Amino acid sequence: MALKTEEMILNMGPQHPSTHGVLRLELELEGEIIVGAKPHIGYLHRCFEKHCEAMSYPQVTPYTDRMDYLASMYNEFGYALAVEKLLGIQVPERVEYIRVIMGEFQRIASHLVAIGTYGLDIGAMTPFLYCFRDREKILSLFEQTCGARLLYNYIWVGGLSHDLHPDFLIQARDFIKYFRPKIKELNDLLTNNKIFIDRTANVGILPLDLAINYGISGPNLRASGFKWDIRKDDAYSVYNKFDFDIPVGKGTMGTVGDCWDRYYIRILEMEESLKIIEQAIEQIPEGDVTSAIPKRIKPAVGQVYSRVENPRGELGYFIISDGSVNPFRVKVKGPSFVHLGIMNELLKGYMIADVIAILGSIDIVLGEVDR
Amino acid sequence: MIYDFFFKITGSNIIASIIQSLLPLFIFILPFALFAVWLERKVSAHMQDRLGPMRVGKHGWLQTIADILKLVQKEDIVPNEADKPLFNIAPVLVFVGSYAVFAAIPFSGAFIGSNIDLGIIFIIAASGFVVAGILMAGWASNNKYSLLGAMRSAAQIISYEIPTVLVVLTIIMITGTTNLFTLSEMQTGHFWNWMIFGGPNFGVAKFIFIPFMIMNFIIIYISTLAEVNRTPFDIPEAESELVSGYHTEYSGMKFAMFFLAEYANMFAVSAIVTALFFGGYQSPVGYLGNLFGAHWLIPIEQFFWFTAKGIFFVFVQMWLRWTLPRLRVDQLMTVCWKYLIPIAFVNLIIIGLITVL
Amino acid sequence: MKEYFKNAWSALFTIFIGMKVTFKHLFVPAVTIQYPDVKLQLPERERNRLYVNMDDCIGCDQCARACPVDCISIETVKGLPGEDLGKTSNGKRKALWVTKFDIDFAKCCYCQLCVFPCPTECIYMTDVYEFSEFERSNLIYDFVTLTPQEREEKKENYAKLEAEKAAAKAAAVNKPIEKQETPKP
Repeated sequence: MALKTEEMILNMGPQHPSTHGVLRLELELEGEIIVGAKPHIGYLHRCFEKHCEAMSYPQVTPYTDRMDYLASMYNEFGYALAVEKLLGIQVPERVEYIRVIMGEFQRIASHLVAIGTYGLDIGAMTPFLYCFRDREKILSLFEQTCGARLLYNYIWVGGLSHDLHPDFLIQARDFIKYFRPKIKELNDLLTNNKIFIDRTANVGILPLDLAINYGISGPNLRASGFKWDIRKDDAYSVYNKFDFDIPVGKGTMGTVGDCWDRYYIRILEMEESLKIIEQAIEQIPEGDVTSAIPKRIKPAVGQVYSRVENPRGELGYFIISDGSVNPFRVKVKGPSFVHLGIMNELLKGYMIADVIAILGSIDIVLGEVDR
Repeated sequence: MIYDFFFKITGSNIIASIIQSLLPLFIFILPFALFAVWLERKVSAHMQDRLGPMRVGKHGWLQTIADILKLVQKEDIVPNEADKPLFNIAPVLVFVGSYAVFAAIPFSGAFIGSNIDLGIIFIIAASGFVVAGILMAGWASNNKYSLLGAMRSAAQIISYEIPTVLVVLTIIMITGTTNLFTLSEMQTGHFWNWMIFGGPNFGVAKFIFIPFMIMNFIIIYISTLAEVNRTPFDIPEAESELVSGYHTEYSGMKFAMFFLAEYANMFAVSAIVTALFFGGYQSPVGYLGNLFGAHWLIPIEQFFWFTAKGIFFVFVQMWLRWTLPRLRVDQLMTVCWKYLIPIAFVNLIIIGLITVL
Repeated sequence: MKEYFKNAWSALFTIFIGMKVTFKHLFVPAVTIQYPDVKLQLPERERNRLYVNMDDCIGCDQCARACPVDCISIETVKGLPGEDLGKTSNGKRKALWVTKFDIDFAKCCYCQLCVFPCPTECIYMTDVYEFSEFERSNLIYDFVTLTPQEREEKKENYAKLEAEKAAAKAAAVNKPIEKQETPKP
């Protein structure tokens, strides 16, 4: 007579050091193997979209910062592009270049957090501190420009709040020179380490058709082998003036689309961002960054959907305007929310010890999931 | 020698042996545990480009005392459903397992806690107490995750004792003795007489031994690292893994005992590795006492060399902890059974053949 | 079989490379700044606590309207016709008494949106960041420089003026009706 077994339900509760925020994962286990996973979210919901209906357009910008708090510049960038599309205004070229430079610096900072915390989850505690030390340098560049380290309110609809600090370009060049050897050091310490490779290669394999069906975007999609980047395929701002590569996962240490690929794509992307910043610093024109900011933003009736390439994926803003100073509806498509939906498929068949590795490699931020 | 000294003073067998056995505990292990915690925090901090404890005492050297004071005054929480006798004895067993080992370790030419002929075998047997303590801690906590963690830890420690014993067997075969004191005495002279460089007997065999000795050293270092639950083998105490460790339910002084036992254990295994491979308390370059003709200086120097080598290996253990990520449980077992044990066996056979021929 | 030895060798080799990196970092000076003994020099555009220079404030309410979290509350009172309220530093004449200018720093999100609309640049962000309090009510800062009696006085003056005006208006309305009711001889 066969033994009747029951599935055990294990709760990786909202308070857990490795879930990158307040996420509750309900795991169904059979022995040590996972057969299902249900993410429960909403612990960080702050009614962002409802707030927007009571604010005027410029007042929404500080709120967009706080969604994905590790990549604030990009949230503001996406919102500014959407409202400018709705208004039909064109910003000066200097503004576009500065937005790209800030966005790419922010991408490096966000990837540093992702890599550092991923190493911490796997057990290597030192790369985390090296990543944060480098991130401090980027944050002090931001502090010099707009006065805040994490939530900037810098990229406004129609322009920027301040022009660059006179020392900014010199310090940016110094940072690039300083940072390139650090990527090599990170590779020595973490990427090529045999123990790290054993923990992450062939774990959490995301097949390409599954990724496309679920709407995955950003580094996770590129790690599964598909070359798709909104900065190249649906270019916005001045990205079409720069020459940079799109790294794609090749399965060097295991299969295409495993955790190691997703992690390695982020390291390669940091290198590409450095290239973009170098070119932007060379090409940046002079100009006035506040000239195109409208006195009162009152768009015509209409709707717009505009998307940008967040460090985590495709960030989309859908704004409906009814002709008044407040938007009628602002809907945000956050990439982390979509990526969390794939956890059920991705975790099937792996052991409990792999949950942390897989969750860390998708790089979610709960602020963006819950808004 | 120290035993004779105390015997002369007190004139009683029992008191002298009690004092002699308590000496390593108070003069060495407890101060060492305090020092080791401070060293770990400073080493980890400087490797991570930060400063570590700086405010309590100069450069934070009193920090451990502050931590111990804090732990001592905490409430001793015992879970309701826990098995109270087992719960209370478990930390004591773990500490005893780490401490009993110090009885057979030669600290210097003049002091060894107990000159047993079966030195190394006694050490390996005594460290089995730790397994019993961990299993008790996991079971008595009445927490299914603690139990799972404790079972994994027990499996880890038992599996990694096998490569340790195999490597010890090779040393026994070469030197023909299990007494750690005699082993250390055999490695007199300068550093080329140490076991890692082939042993004291000069000859062709010595040079053939060197690569095997280095491999043996690496194997025993890795297995003793797993025995003390240090990264990369620290699944039982990993804070960021799903399953919590066997000492989750402990608070206050009992937790402090687990903590101190870990650092005492770290030094114990470093001491064993130095005694076996790196000449125990022998100095690599000769003694100052011999130079000046002050023969009473020699045991003190030997103690100094022994402690220095032990602390160096403890430092290497800490260095490894802050560099490497953690191994998954099944990979841990793979490393032991598929890599360390076959290589250790092959070494044993080859060295046995060479010794016989 | 070759795979086996390759694994073992690559494990040892990569571990040694990692150890070399950490060992080198032992000799790199630490990047920690030992606050509170040493404090960082903040850049000039730093956005910390707000400050309002009440001599320049004309009570236009632009900053309160720009604030996304409604942390600024302003109440103004019109001055008496002959009163001289003074000039701002760029020469404008002030027309309103500001009787309440509260900023609740527990709500403020330090976004700087209030600084830009101010016509006299009297509200700006300083670099003060050590202002924690034990009571949340202590974080409501009152910037008005008038004493409470003076505020009451200004409000009463205005109320009196309004009452007089209302009475005069009522009298002006009533008078023509009175004239009409004079009985005809």
